[in-house]
Amino acid sequence: MSDAEANAPKALFSARSFSIASVSAYLQALPLAIILGAFLLLPIMMIVVVSFWDYDFASMYPDFVTFNYGETLGSWVTWKTYLNTLKYAVIVWAITLVIGFWVAYFLAFHIRTATMQTLMFLVCTVPFLTSNIIRMISWIPVLGRNGLVNTALVNMGIVPAPVEWLLYSDFAVVLAMVHLYSLFMVTPIFNTLMRIDRSLVEAARDAGASGWQILTNVIIPLAKPGMAIGTIFVVTLVMADFITVQVMSGGQSASVALMMKNEMSLLQYPAAAANAVILLTLVLIMVAGILRIVDIRKEL
Amino acid sequence: MSNAAEIELASVTKQYGSTVAVDRISLKIAAGTYSCLLGPSGCGKSTTLRMIAGHEAISDGDIVFANKVVNDLPPAKRGTAMMFQSYALFPHLDLVDNVAFSLKMKGVDKAKRRAEALEMLSRMQLEAYADRRPEQLSGGQQQRVALARALITKPQALLLDEPLSALDPFLKIQMRAELKSLQASLGMTFVHVTHSQEEAMALADLIVVMNDGRIEQAASPRQIFEKPATPFVARFMGNHNVISGRISAREGERITLETAGGSHFIGIGDKAAAVETASIAIRTDHVRLADEATPGFGFSGFVTNVEDLGATVKLSVQGAGIETFTIVLRDADYFAKPVRTGDAVHLSWAETDTVVLGEVNAS
Repeated sequence: MSDAEANAPKALFSARSFSIASVSAYLQALPLAIILGAFLLLPIMMIVVVSFWDYDFASMYPDFVTFNYGETLGSWVTWKTYLNTLKYAVIVWAITLVIGFWVAYFLAFHIRTATMQTLMFLVCTVPFLTSNIIRMISWIPVLGRNGLVNTALVNMGIVPAPVEWLLYSDFAVVLAMVHLYSLFMVTPIFNTLMRIDRSLVEAARDAGASGWQILTNVIIPLAKPGMAIGTIFVVTLVMADFITVQVMSGGQSASVALMMKNEMSLLQYPAAAANAVILLTLVLIMVAGILRIVDIRKEL
Repeated sequence: MSNAAEIELASVTKQYGSTVAVDRISLKIAAGTYSCLLGPSGCGKSTTLRMIAGHEAISDGDIVFANKVVNDLPPAKRGTAMMFQSYALFPHLDLVDNVAFSLKMKGVDKAKRRAEALEMLSRMQLEAYADRRPEQLSGGQQQRVALARALITKPQALLLDEPLSALDPFLKIQMRAELKSLQASLGMTFVHVTHSQEEAMALADLIVVMNDGRIEQAASPRQIFEKPATPFVARFMGNHNVISGRISAREGERITLETAGGSHFIGIGDKAAAVETASIAIRTDHVRLADEATPGFGFSGFVTNVEDLGATVKLSVQGAGIETFTIVLRDADYFAKPVRTGDAVHLSWAETDTVVLGEVNAS
């Protein structure tokens, strides 16, 4: 309504100036449209198209066949791999949510000065100054058979022999993923918490709420948009992860993206494309589900 | 619906590090009084309110609430309820849940607390909006929700932190009347923080004028208006001119001041505290334009500004070493004999319109 009122005087301008204005609006939108089109829409369309092609051991043939989907969805291995990936996603999501919320809560409500908050937040990002791979690989000497943890445990006499499941296991995969992705949960939740009006906390205390009641009745409900955004980050990252799973499980565990990578190394591009389309659909459905539950518009 | 409580502050102090926000203030607010803490921003009035509410720890002194020292009690245990400046309504809850919040914290079951909250909302004429979120309401409605939420705890005193400052002028006057009638019908002790003299005059039984962490004067609105105790009160209330100078003569209650410009003014008052220097206050609306200035009760000068305010006309006059001396004339009086900027005028006032001002008991 107010928009219409604001635009009303513009209608008095000549048609020519109106068309220049509209052209310049399109021109302004063009660079982003080109980037998104060339680097997002076009590749996705290509993947969708290729997923319907035929292939043999050496090359692909333009065609319209659906057996790539049939084979992928009909295989027990696919379902197991998807379940395994979802398992990682759920575990990593739950752990990063708890860690992310508490770190953000501490930063937002217990650090008093803005300078200190910024400083502490920067400390959280320090591990991200190195690459993913390096951060992941550094776990190997820590968790390995003769790594730091095992050596310490054995020397202290807590365990008689090195613990085997520390490395090359689901535990290692989840640990590395939590390490890699926690910050993606901390940042959006911290953002949301910083926007909570501190007088709401006082109002709750005035109404007789205990610290725990304030947390569950005021702060957590108001932090939901941040949690949702963090969840989207973490879930999409975990669902698409292959290198962490490969390195940290020592090749004993599989993820959807790892399955695709293997298909590609066997030159089965159409099969990998079909798999990618299925994964993309699944992740989009998950994101849509999150957005239905939590309204994140105010955070954008 | 509830008993009112008497509130007493006994040399209450608030220090932040080395800065003193509230300096040993003592104050007694009788049960059922509508009191206003009035002062410029940073004078410590909000801090005082927050200390009464229990949202701010006191550094020294005692807060006595209904004959009980409540220094270390949490807000909800004091029997006070606070209404916040921005209302602090929970954005994620509808009106019923907002109002029922304190009952939920107490563990009242859902059906009962919602019924009570609905009843409170209908008292505030908001039952039609019960399932809306605060953001869907106007400022005045939000304020009534905040009131409902505060009152549902059945407090003995309601503490209001600048409750009207977020409203537009018309709504402000309307809500002011609602607050006043609410207080009258509940008979509860209200402590209202404001920086608006007009608001305090309109609402309060007791005005507490604060400056620089101290109480300058605590008295009825009439008393504050007619007999300001200190130069600060006289200036802050805005209806007095203040003339300061050295005491050159003293006869009983008559004190003669000599200003820096060498003029002499006489004030009537019993302020024994005024030893060498003193200030006198003269009501702006009791000064007349005369044919000649009465010695001691007037001076001659020239008009520096004329503001026609409708019912009254405000003149600024400079003279006798006084930078600006304000005169408020009724429109009829002004237009009977109008003056313009630059005109020479003679001012005169009656002996009874002067008030000798004291100083706050500074230590």
